[in-house]
Amino acid sequence: MFWEPEKECMAREDLEQLQLERLQSTLYRVGTHVPFYRKKFDQLKFNYDDIRSLDDLRRLPFTVKQDLRDNYPYGLFAVPLRDVVRVHSSSGTSGSATVVGYTRNDIKTWSNLVARVITAAGVTKNDVIQIAFGYGLFTGGFGLHYGAELIGASVIPISAGNTKRQIQIMQDFKTTALVCTPSYALVLADAMMEMGINRNGLSLRYGLFGGEPWSEAMRNEIHQKLGIIATDNYGLSEVMGPGVSGECQECNGLHINEDHFLLEILDPVTLEPVPEGEIGELVITTLTKEAFPMIRYRTRDLTRFIPEPCPCGRTLKRMQRVMGRTDDMLIIKGVNVFPIQIEKVLFEVEGTEPHYQIIVERDNHADKITVLVEVMESIFFDEMKKQRKMVDHIKNRLASELGVGVDVKLVEEKSLERSMGKAKRVIDRRKL
Amino acid sequence: MLKIQNLDAGYGKLRVLKNISLHVDDGEIVTMIGANGAGKTTLLHTIIGLIKPSKGEISFQGTPCTRATVGKIVASGCALVPEGRQVFAPMSVEDNLLLGGYVLQQQQGRTAVLKELEHQYELFPILRERRRQLAGTLSGGEQQMLAMARALMSRPRLVMMDEPSTGLAPLIVRDIFQIILRLRREGNTVLLIEQNAKAALGIADRGYVLEVGKILLQGPAADLLTNADVQRAYLGREKIE
Repeated sequence: MFWEPEKECMAREDLEQLQLERLQSTLYRVGTHVPFYRKKFDQLKFNYDDIRSLDDLRRLPFTVKQDLRDNYPYGLFAVPLRDVVRVHSSSGTSGSATVVGYTRNDIKTWSNLVARVITAAGVTKNDVIQIAFGYGLFTGGFGLHYGAELIGASVIPISAGNTKRQIQIMQDFKTTALVCTPSYALVLADAMMEMGINRNGLSLRYGLFGGEPWSEAMRNEIHQKLGIIATDNYGLSEVMGPGVSGECQECNGLHINEDHFLLEILDPVTLEPVPEGEIGELVITTLTKEAFPMIRYRTRDLTRFIPEPCPCGRTLKRMQRVMGRTDDMLIIKGVNVFPIQIEKVLFEVEGTEPHYQIIVERDNHADKITVLVEVMESIFFDEMKKQRKMVDHIKNRLASELGVGVDVKLVEEKSLERSMGKAKRVIDRRKL
Repeated sequence: MLKIQNLDAGYGKLRVLKNISLHVDDGEIVTMIGANGAGKTTLLHTIIGLIKPSKGEISFQGTPCTRATVGKIVASGCALVPEGRQVFAPMSVEDNLLLGGYVLQQQQGRTAVLKELEHQYELFPILRERRRQLAGTLSGGEQQMLAMARALMSRPRLVMMDEPSTGLAPLIVRDIFQIILRLRREGNTVLLIEQNAKAALGIADRGYVLEVGKILLQGPAADLLTNADVQRAYLGREKIE
């Protein structure tokens, strides 16, 4: 199903023409309306005429999170505040908050792009969609809300938290589509199990997840426990919020709304483009934003382009689910370690729960990782020998996956803190 | 249909258009709005071949035509309705139209021209009534219709119109815009240049906003109508502070 087939299935040549036109006018607008960019362009002696192809974008400097902080709150807005109809603030997962704004047209565009993502995931106007993303300054709740309303679905704006009530409403209101973080979907699934609720008694069919990196194994787990088609969608408040890209029902990569965003994948160290299909840092330029355009924003998210065409018929290029963040990347004894790699291994080991925590410490000037893994009750109270065997097994698997040795500790079911939103997976005690 | 990339054009040393990219798809009405002196007419004159661009590429129906002659460009299916009508005042209405059929006569012969003339009289019944009258004696609205019909006589695929509403009474302007909508229904593609931004965006599918030779904004016409910059600069609408 398509929301805007003429855009989602556009010929590459037409798309590139549109991107070039929009890039040129965006640069002209930021150069004339935003002092921050004007200064940058002046320093570079950058002339708008230098942008004659999409590749010329590479001549422009990056924008980073710190630029947003330095211009707090309204310094990067490209329109006067009287034209701004909405203000959001980033969730501030790491560091202080940043502010973004939207004109009436931006809200319209945003709703439309989220509508594309929701439709691609299978949701229609006949669905009852429960939005368990936080409403408020976080873009997740409102972003999905407006898109879902636009397609005509029945929206339950329940917001995040209060797991029991979520389940109660899911039952009573016959929710067919759930929107939340993937880790919260598992929290809901576990709580249902505890409350003795059989998923077959629910009307749930689709899950639209985003807000944090998750693995294929976690998708299977959600699929098994809730019996739904679980798709990923991606976005960040700095460039708009949800709606940048989303998976179709092929569940194999997120279609990027390329007519509104220009994406690059760069080597986070050299900042040069990686070969097509290889992993790197995602850098985004907005093409249609009015109030808050962004030029080459470094997202710190790691992903790769999927160059192969998708069987669904969309010509919009796909990106793989975000695999982690460049700043989540732990450098342990000189080896790059991503939490998502650890998650992948844990999911493959029978008897473990999908909840884990990674503790990083510095012991006598040497980095040390300890992975706390929740295991099923039966195993936890099992004989020591079996437990030790399991620990060794996980250690070996992790060592071969990561290329560096880690410690593993089994903990009781539900002993790790549960998050209502983005899960906190890494605790770094190194004080670097 | 029409695709332009990185176009630079002007008069002598004066650079009017600066790195302009735009496109018009089959069957669309696309409008270009902008203040006086923004470069709107220069753009149309560059597309039709009256001005040679200093940089950039223009392609029409997939064929590059950046430095082709006016004759070639018109023959390939592109027509211009010039600003201020520019009808041949001392000639009759019908002779004006037959002149417009020059390209068609060369390509398909006299019968095709007469058939097209009949078609134009159906579109613009007032021109049939005035067929023997000298073009200079027509009212402003009638002259505008004649200029449009004359351009359509070549059976173009793309019709470019330069400010067709200038100097016309509001009621006549409405008629002219109705005719543009009808042209599209008949399968024509239209690139419309207008100072009357509200009326133009009202009938267009997409629009571009030209500001001192650069494209400031582009997008669906409905979005431009609600854009605050466009409202302030071109629609004469300002929010009360």
